[in-house]
Amino acid sequence: MAHIEATDPNGFKPNQEIFSEILQALAAKDRDIIAVTSDSRGSGKLVPFGKKFPEQIVEVGIAEQNLVGVAAGLAAAGKKVFAVSPACFLTARALEQIKNDVAYSDNPVTVVGISAGVSYGALGSTHHSLHDFAALRCINNITVVVPADNFETAQATALAATTNSPVYLRFGKRVMNSLKEVNDDTFAFGKGRVITEGNDAAIIACGETVYPAVQAAKLLAEQGINVTVVSMHTIKPLDTDLLAKLAAACQAIVTVEEHSVYGGLGEACASYLMQHGLHKPFRIVGIPDEYTVTGSQQDIFNHYHITKEGIAEVVKGLL
Amino acid sequence: MNKQQLEKKSVEYRKKILKYIVKANAGHTGGSLSCTDILNVLYNHALNVSPQTFTSPDRDRYIQSKGHCVEALFVVLADKGFFPEENLETLCQYKSHYIGHPTRKVKGVEQNTGALGHGLPIAVGNAIAAKLDKRDYKVYTLMGDGELPEGSNWEAALTAAHYKLDNLCAIVDKNTLQITAPTAEVCNTDPLDEKWKAFGWAVKEVDGHDVDALKAAFDSLPFEPGKPNVIIAHTVKGKGVSFMENNLKWHHGVPSKDEYALALSELDNSLQQAAI
Ligand SMILES: Cc1ncc(C[n+]2csc(CCOP(=O)(O)OP(=O)(O)O)c2C)c(N)n1
Ligand SMILES: [Mg+2]
Repeated sequence: MAHIEATDPNGFKPNQEIFSEILQALAAKDRDIIAVTSDSRGSGKLVPFGKKFPEQIVEVGIAEQNLVGVAAGLAAAGKKVFAVSPACFLTARALEQIKNDVAYSDNPVTVVGISAGVSYGALGSTHHSLHDFAALRCINNITVVVPADNFETAQATALAATTNSPVYLRFGKRVMNSLKEVNDDTFAFGKGRVITEGNDAAIIACGETVYPAVQAAKLLAEQGINVTVVSMHTIKPLDTDLLAKLAAACQAIVTVEEHSVYGGLGEACASYLMQHGLHKPFRIVGIPDEYTVTGSQQDIFNHYHITKEGIAEVVKGLL
Repeated sequence: MNKQQLEKKSVEYRKKILKYIVKANAGHTGGSLSCTDILNVLYNHALNVSPQTFTSPDRDRYIQSKGHCVEALFVVLADKGFFPEENLETLCQYKSHYIGHPTRKVKGVEQNTGALGHGLPIAVGNAIAAKLDKRDYKVYTLMGDGELPEGSNWEAALTAAHYKLDNLCAIVDKNTLQITAPTAEVCNTDPLDEKWKAFGWAVKEVDGHDVDALKAAFDSLPFEPGKPNVIIAHTVKGKGVSFMENNLKWHHGVPSKDEYALALSELDNSLQQAAI
């Protein structure tokens, strides 16, 4: 697969790299931090972690179900465990282990889905994870977090280490742009991060789709349309207070995600709005229910109009 | 095909594998080169399948469980006439069906694979169906050695022995490497022969680059009536290109222009030597 270039020369690093850096900093101070891998430490950027902390990495081989089960056992014995593997395998093949051994049994594992969404675009559906929000949203007792830039990734990783309940972190491979010049926000799971403000429409996005949403807002601002963009990094529990405020303030709401249009961020928002009588023009942008096209992640985003132009069009269509 | 012809084919295949990996700027180089001779002997000797018979219910089935080594499969399928080789120019490009894993959108591919640990269970299902329908076809599946810790493989191994699937042949491409490190360091599965035997399988070990040995192994199927068969093929990851051999870097490394030229000249040389 061709390397994905940062679309902005000020871009930082792939979130996976930030995750690894923070985990190393945490592991240096806390011997109970354990990474569990399934021949996945290279893609998880954890090779330096393994070299520095050989006692704090458990390698199970290519066996994702075993990975999550072992992680649960380690957590049950008091370890702070990060189970790291491509999101596609982790949240499909090992879903029962996540459901029973992590969530239901309340073993505080951080399940880390790497190379998520269509990061492995040209490798086909076996390597896409467009189902993980849906699958995990309907499992009780797991927080689902999708950081959109390096700041959110660092915060989310550190927070997951101190959270005494199951967490799913989802990262892609792309070099991320920073969403704000100054990150003075307080970061908390379940609290959406407002990136730009405007009352004509709201775009609620997560992960790698937040940046094109911000660019769409810029495009729209040039045309006199002012848009609030939210990085809704926590898919569950959803920031319904923020959602209610947006519905009250804006004329239309568009959601964007690197996930099936079924069962993800968009439907989570729709469900809340509908059930609370907050009826605003509303659209979900994501991957439709069809044989997913292949190519680079950017090719796939372009194909499904997950681009600044595509998102701006959808917003305009609602106003 | 005789030994010399098959060896010549393998060199051609290896050159093409590299060609299309370079073109796509992506691919699983080391593992495609380690299984080239196995695929060569399967498609040019063992398998009863062709583009004409591909829809026949009696055809032999080949399911590539180590789907990431799709370049080897695509090159062989093109050579066998399942599709024009020029289609591979689009490997991994936007909208191409020639993606980084086998899919049934490509003629000749039996099953969509890529997530490891799926090939054997599907092959077991195919082999049970053959028995139920009293058909003579055989079912083959190629697995990586790093792939073996997936539990689904061993669940399927039990089913295969339980149903006495002597029409099933699993091949393990034992190149001793995976992504992170040598397989023995990641999750040691040795002694491998004893594991398969304990699961009720008949085991043969061969040099996975010796085309005559591979032919003989396939010709002697079933190894024991009433038992599923496994061939443990001892191979070299990156086989045929000196600087790629036994080197982790080439699991999914793409050769630079210079490396590609060097690799081609090495492969050409080996062809000349074989001709002498
Ligand atoms: C279920 C699953 N987990 C992880 C991967 C990622 N992956 C692709 S190839 C590979 C290593 C495979 O090693 P091996 O089976 O030894 O193959 P080979 O050496 O023949 O390339 C891994 C971990 C995958 N494709 N499927
Ligand atoms: Mg191997």
